[in-house]
Amino acid sequence: MSTTSMHGGGIAIVGASETTEIGSLPGISTLDLHAQAARNALADAGLTVQDVDGIATAGPFAHEVSHHLGITPRWLDGTMVGGCSFMLHVRHAAAAIAAGAADVVLVTHGESGRSRVGVGGRGPNPASPQGQFEAVYGANTPYSTFTVPALRFLHERGLEREALAQVVVAQRAWAIDNPRASRRTPTTVEAVLDQPPIAWPFSKDMCCVVTDGGGALVLMSSERAADLPSADRAVYLLGSGESAEAPMVSQMADPGSFRAFRLASAEALATAGITHADVDHLMAYDAFAHLPLYMLEDLGFVGRGESRDFIAEGNTGKGGVLPMNTNGGGLSYTHTGMYGMFAIQEAVRQLRGEAVVQVPGIRTSFVQGVGMFFAAAGSLVLGNRRP
Amino acid sequence: MPGPTPVPTPETAPYWEGAAAGELRIQQCTSCTEYYFYPRPFCPRCGSGAVEWRVTSGRATLISYVINHRTFPPSDAPLVIALVQLDEGPHMMTNVVGVEPLPENLPLDLPLRVTFEQRGEYAIPVFTPAEAAR
Repeated sequence: MSTTSMHGGGIAIVGASETTEIGSLPGISTLDLHAQAARNALADAGLTVQDVDGIATAGPFAHEVSHHLGITPRWLDGTMVGGCSFMLHVRHAAAAIAAGAADVVLVTHGESGRSRVGVGGRGPNPASPQGQFEAVYGANTPYSTFTVPALRFLHERGLEREALAQVVVAQRAWAIDNPRASRRTPTTVEAVLDQPPIAWPFSKDMCCVVTDGGGALVLMSSERAADLPSADRAVYLLGSGESAEAPMVSQMADPGSFRAFRLASAEALATAGITHADVDHLMAYDAFAHLPLYMLEDLGFVGRGESRDFIAEGNTGKGGVLPMNTNGGGLSYTHTGMYGMFAIQEAVRQLRGEAVVQVPGIRTSFVQGVGMFFAAAGSLVLGNRRP
Repeated sequence: MPGPTPVPTPETAPYWEGAAAGELRIQQCTSCTEYYFYPRPFCPRCGSGAVEWRVTSGRATLISYVINHRTFPPSDAPLVIALVQLDEGPHMMTNVVGVEPLPENLPLDLPLRVTFEQRGEYAIPVFTPAEAAR
């Protein structure tokens, strides 16, 4: 019987890969983006589909992906909370492996977000609360819905929309040297502010790129991982948390702070047994430029109202105390529609020392996801050593 | 005008019937006195099923918004998509109409009043600056 804990390093990510290419991929369907990422991640781990007995995914059903790949699962997780689903999948997979309900779990993401190959229809069910009470007002795209609370956040802190532009500039600096990133041109606060508005106060570069791509992860017990050829590249789950609030942006209790960020991140730090000072790399899911501001404050890395200055003073950039979104983030690197998988991939690369723009000396990475606009959150604490 | 029409459910039909009659109706819990939105047959705060429909004052304040320049379906007119707080307490999404959609016309905490926009067989509750509605 298993005596492994889901946290504290008992569970390892032993395989991690994105699709071979990301960006504009009109020749691959959503389902086969899952498959390509999965096969890449298994190869990265030195495993095959025959080794996999657990599958977790969001978008397609879990059984669609397992059958497509030729996996016979004894554990499935189809938790779908938008772009942070994969943080929850990692957390659930760790619990399942620790409980003996699965041995080798594959977590997959693929989405033809740009080319829309093999994708279903858009928009909410018109009889759902979102359909009746938000979509009727034209709040029917991410950029016209997820963005709505941002002015209140800024107003309560005495900030201007310039704070959003600071986020864009900080993250672009990470993307400039990354050939896989979609937006690599250096920019300035003034240039970002001067762009035509998409949904004021948001200009184009304050909104994420829209791409095709995927990614996958392979998890197993750290005890078993030690026998793999890739053992020295294992990344360990130290802690995790998840939460959800309202499925409608208009119903979040406080538009200037997201309860699920506060709860999920606190549980992740507590289960890892660490404090903010122990974290030396942060992935903060940035579908839009206000999200890193919310996250820095709601996760407790800075005090209320301090997020803009923290970024503007260079603390999240190269050589800063908390390198953040080191792939360029959703704003500059890639965003298929569910970015969480890419945030985890970058944390794994940094912890392995294999990132395109590598930060030296990283031991502990905090990955914060958000999903279905301000509906759900998932947090992971990952490390490259077992405590 | 932008946006689809709603598809009411049995639980939300009184809301849309109220709108057709020119009333913004929400529910109140008679156990804990909480006003809440959106419609449900129980109080989301205390769980009581003793809830009743009320006609609101129609007054609200502007909590946050975007001015959407890329509407879907496409339109040349920028659309103010706003989060408002009703005087009774609940928040709701809406549009702010009857004012040029410019940031200088839309300071946060601006007092608003409900008005109704006819869309097919439905009346959609939207809001306008309180002074302009008098």
